[in-house]
Amino acid sequence: MTESLFTRLEPLLAQVQKPIQYVGGEVNSQSKDFAAAEVRWALFFPDAYEVGQPNQGMAILYELLNACSSAPMPVGEQGDDDWLLAERTFTIWPDLAKLMRENGVPQFSWESHRPVRDFDVLGVSLSTELGYTNLLETLDLAGIPRYATDRTAADPLVIAGGHAVFNPEPVADFLDAVVLGDGEEAVLRVSALIRDHKRQGDAGREQLLLNLAKSGLVYVPSFYDVSYLPDGRIEAVRPNRPGVPARVGKQVLLELDEWQYPVQPIVPLAETVHERYSVEIFRGCTRGCRFCQAGMVTRPVRERGIQTVGTMVARGLAATGLAEVGLLSLSSADHTEIAGITGQLADRYAGTNVSLSLPSTRVDAFNIDLANELSRNGRRSGLTFAPEGGTDRMRQVINKMVSEDDLIRTVEIAFSQGWRQVKLYFMCGLPTETDEDVLAIAELAFRVIETGRRAANSRDVRCTISIGGFVPKPHTTFQWAGQADAETVNRRVRALKDKVRADRRYGRAITVRYAEGEPGMVEGLLSRGDRRVGKVIEQVWLQGGHFDGWREYFSYQRWLDAAAAVGIDLDWYTTRERSQDEVLPWDHLDLGLDRVWLWQDWVDARNGGEVADCRWAGCYDCGVCPALGVETQIGPTLRSLLPLTAGSEPVSV
Amino acid sequence: MSRQPPVQQPPPVQRVRLRYFKQGPARFASQQDFARAFERALRRAAVPMAYSSGFNPHPRISYSNAVPTGVASLAEYLEIALAQRIDPVSVQASLNRVLPGGFQIMAAVESDGTALAELLTHSAWRIDLGVDATAAVAAFLAADSVVVQRMGKAGLRELDIRAAVVALAADAGALSLRAVTGPGKVVVRPGDIVAGLAVVSPAVVSPGASLALRVAQGVWSDGRVRDPFGPEKLANDAANAGIVANL
Ligand code: SF4
Repeated sequence: MTESLFTRLEPLLAQVQKPIQYVGGEVNSQSKDFAAAEVRWALFFPDAYEVGQPNQGMAILYELLNACSSAPMPVGEQGDDDWLLAERTFTIWPDLAKLMRENGVPQFSWESHRPVRDFDVLGVSLSTELGYTNLLETLDLAGIPRYATDRTAADPLVIAGGHAVFNPEPVADFLDAVVLGDGEEAVLRVSALIRDHKRQGDAGREQLLLNLAKSGLVYVPSFYDVSYLPDGRIEAVRPNRPGVPARVGKQVLLELDEWQYPVQPIVPLAETVHERYSVEIFRGCTRGCRFCQAGMVTRPVRERGIQTVGTMVARGLAATGLAEVGLLSLSSADHTEIAGITGQLADRYAGTNVSLSLPSTRVDAFNIDLANELSRNGRRSGLTFAPEGGTDRMRQVINKMVSEDDLIRTVEIAFSQGWRQVKLYFMCGLPTETDEDVLAIAELAFRVIETGRRAANSRDVRCTISIGGFVPKPHTTFQWAGQADAETVNRRVRALKDKVRADRRYGRAITVRYAEGEPGMVEGLLSRGDRRVGKVIEQVWLQGGHFDGWREYFSYQRWLDAAAAVGIDLDWYTTRERSQDEVLPWDHLDLGLDRVWLWQDWVDARNGGEVADCRWAGCYDCGVCPALGVETQIGPTLRSLLPLTAGSEPVSV
Repeated sequence: MSRQPPVQQPPPVQRVRLRYFKQGPARFASQQDFARAFERALRRAAVPMAYSSGFNPHPRISYSNAVPTGVASLAEYLEIALAQRIDPVSVQASLNRVLPGGFQIMAAVESDGTALAELLTHSAWRIDLGVDATAAVAAFLAADSVVVQRMGKAGLRELDIRAAVVALAADAGALSLRAVTGPGKVVVRPGDIVAGLAVVSPAVVSPGASLALRVAQGVWSDGRVRDPFGPEKLANDAANAGIVANL
């Protein structure tokens, strides 16, 4: 077994930026006996440590695979956890990567500093498309062949999961297998299959992949052939091995109260993008925003109860020493017990310097109540709301059911209760959008300031407008839509900015933030691309592209050149509207969504139709629950949190 | 819901000084990295810290003369303010159970109210050069001025480090040297000393793959760097750590 690379790495660390990120050994990191384990995962996040380490999915799988906690593990081999281990690896910054290549030091794991190629599985967490070039960069530094078909028994299985893999086709040639959906149970089951395969001796990589594919747990891209029509559209995607399912389903974890991870997340020494203990208070969202991929791919809603949340927070803080708690979900104000959770946690931690935060951009008074509760002793600086569209018509199209008057009433309450700044999120480039829809955002912001000055009885109120370019995503209502081109997006946001700036009464109280439209075109290509797009990614990486999520490394020109070099038409993949009968690259991946319902929702979007959340208004037959045999799991549990006494164990559920 | 004013924090009732080491891969942590880790360790160990008042209360910790990132140290110092009286030795023990690998508290004493920084004027260093430094050290000591370049935020700066290097000796037979640095216009770092040796002697290459260790901090008197916690403490810890801070 190869030894640690650390002695060869150490002299290089003295020559690079932020060397501490590479040394591992953080509080709560695990080092299990490598030689004794039968299935060894290198969990890989294709971005820098500072971005990847706080990732919640990585933290959960790391603990589960190392079975390091006392929390229940419904499946797997309880009591006999030495056969399984996980270490971490991240994309290495160019300064160190260059030195490593010069000195022949390969990609290493953070715990034992072993070559990543020594592991059985490279578990890739793909959360954004802009990480694809980093996937190739890290495979290369690890000495693992780029193409799955070139790998041998000496290479780890490269298995991806995360939100970007709901259309893995652009990276399909680089992956051995893909897990769709919740990873908790899936990684344990996949691990058991790998272990059984290894115990049977040398049955070969192909046989292992076949076992995995037949289990229905994973999608093995190489077991599917894609054929194309003369006009370039996909004709069909068909399995090319007997026994491989025609469609692969997503994994849905139920009873989240039984899976209380992370229990004791790693506390980084290096600075990272989030320095807090996070609890996912629920998974899934059924509000039905038509642009939102996260909501569509994580259905149905499954809550953790208030007591589970309380236990996890108490245990997590004790294990990490962190002072900030994040109550995560796609829209945290929607939890059935959120008032109790925030109020009772605020009581519990009053006077302890622990701060609580929750992501919620809901446009209503209740959301302000929550924010008030969380800022009891803090400064009331800014509140964030996400109307997403600038006009009532635009918001109807995207099914964001909030009127302009709702918004104005909400900001009025906020300003009258001491808040001095609101941040409003919008998108530009939405289906059916006109220049006027975007310019209307300025009028809305003027009304916000006018209302705020009156409600606060002060001129010291501010509004920040943050605008993102809309990119149509697979498995959403807008998956068929044509993406607005970069010029259109840029023209509209600039016109908006000019209009705001030119206004004498309100202009100075409003800040407009926006991103250029060009990166959105690349994201669009990678989001809805098919297998042919893999060549573009490869070409970009060959030309030095990596860290594409970082402004200072992203080069639009490099992507344009690469697409041209391999004969890919960017517009065909992005701005082209798809017809109902077109086979989409991800149609063989089954999230339970009824394609007929989804298409009807796309028709309704343009005809004034609205959908109300199935949690409050009844099932609207999106298809997920019956197709996957799952159900919405929400409270309220009608329980409450007891105060913690000093040094006591948290009350268990 | 009315807005409440920030909580007034009670004043500290006791101050405790800690000497800690920073060794192995942890030496790559910057001072800010250590400060974050130390605050978290204080919370995990439930040390009853005194906090600053205001909307954003911070635990009251004063750091002194942090070693440069990448340099190991057996003699880092800090002082914490406590809201409750507590035996310094128990603070030390509980912190040592929760600190990240590579950091350990080696001594804890109650503050006598003096300014800690004034007791930490000099540093003793050991630098592994990888080459025989005897001739370079002699040339360095013979020079009146040794000007080195250092990359700072505002670009390359020229520094004369000679006066602040109060003692320098090559370890006979070993490829390492000992140095003592003291107050001056600039705070001289081990990297500057290596650079200075390279200026006076072609045998030394800068920047080389040198490894540096801060062995002690304190006041320079009678040819020794005197630990502010007193000679007994130092002798004990040095024996524990297998190190003798001798020059
Ligand atoms: S099937 Fe019905 S209940 Fe289930 S997520 Fe879809 S709309 Fe909601």
